[in-house]
Amino acid sequence: MGDIQTQIGDPGIDLGELFRNSHIREVLDQLDRDLVGLKPVKTRIREIAALLLVDRVRKQLGMTGGAPSLHMSFTGNPGTGKTTVAMRMAEILHRLGYLRQGHLVAVTRDDLVGQYIGHTAPKTKEILKKAMGGVLFIDEAYYLYRPENERDYGQEAIEILLQVMENQRDDLVVILAGYKDRMDRFFQSNPGMSSRIAHHIDFPDYAIDELLAISELMLGRMQYRLSEQAKDTLRAYIARRITRPNFANARSLRNALDRARLRQANRLFEAAAPVSADALATIEADDLLKSRVFEDEAPAQP
Amino acid sequence: MMTNTGNRITQGQFSFLPDLTDAQITAQIRYALKNQWAVSVEYTDDPHPRNTYWEMYGNPMFDLKDPAGILMQINNCRKTFPNHYIRVMAFNSARGVESPAMSFIVNRPETEPGFGLVRQEVDGRAIRYTVHSYATDKPENERY
Repeated sequence: MGDIQTQIGDPGIDLGELFRNSHIREVLDQLDRDLVGLKPVKTRIREIAALLLVDRVRKQLGMTGGAPSLHMSFTGNPGTGKTTVAMRMAEILHRLGYLRQGHLVAVTRDDLVGQYIGHTAPKTKEILKKAMGGVLFIDEAYYLYRPENERDYGQEAIEILLQVMENQRDDLVVILAGYKDRMDRFFQSNPGMSSRIAHHIDFPDYAIDELLAISELMLGRMQYRLSEQAKDTLRAYIARRITRPNFANARSLRNALDRARLRQANRLFEAAAPVSADALATIEADDLLKSRVFEDEAPAQP
Repeated sequence: MMTNTGNRITQGQFSFLPDLTDAQITAQIRYALKNQWAVSVEYTDDPHPRNTYWEMYGNPMFDLKDPAGILMQINNCRKTFPNHYIRVMAFNSARGVESPAMSFIVNRPETEPGFGLVRQEVDGRAIRYTVHSYATDKPENERY
């Protein structure tokens, strides 16, 4: 014990230096750049990164704290970036040396639960084997548990999952994802699952400004841009779209932009005039105004 | 004369060495996965050298990235068949090769009685020789 104390006291370890060497900053910076908003998510990722870094230093000094449990649950509305973050999480944990391979295996109930007796266990184990050394991402995890059918095989899959989550903590990280209310109910009826997950992260809905920033990021990636007028129109579009039922945050936005591209292409085509590179890359207000979202109030428009 | 004092059967890789530890098995599997070979686990209680096809324990494991999953399968097989021979095979599916690239034993029965020499008298004074595993005198699953 005294040994360890002198070791800590004497040289002093530069955590910043270690942080730079691990190249974790690049991943975190990229996360900041590519993902708009999502404050609580980013904070938690930073905390996990810090914990793993400190853990590594402790290990070097011979202090054992046991591998921390990093199973997570991502809850949030559709289109809030759960899958995207999970993908990043695999890379981050790989860089921090927590995961050996850093790949992501994304599955749903169909991939885990079989159709007849004795079919579930091999199926679930197969997937678990594939996910070893990486992240197992279970989308809409609450479908695993069907309380209305007591002979449902989902329970079997959950039990196998729990066993591996407990015994092979350093071999894989399990991330469950789904809508908030349903996930809460799922955890209530599976307390074993809830207690084995250390990190419950909630993905907030995006604000209008954030959605606008996201759409510009998306368009930038596809080598498009908005004209000044189109920007205002898009803001109006988002404000309307957000109140509609079935609004799925960034996903709805991506679909809307895809439709705008369609209309832009059509407009250029029907103009039947030579087009400049500039025109090919610009989305005009008109392309957005033709959306159904604006239709309801068509008479109000000039 | 006895050249194989422990009566340990010697098939596949590493069979003249002491049993591999889990860490060593993991290292071998990592090599197989690096070469994109499909790894499978097989078991038998008939160790005759001409018994080429052992029983498969689960399907061959394709698309795996990490040896931990295969080690899990090996350990499950050991638990189910603690007194059988268990081997790990790596299959190379490259066109033109399409054959096992690695094969090594990861589990043996506690005692291996070994093989006896059988002499069969045929036509006149001619004799045919063959080996016979003492273990196979008993029915399946009672051999070790």
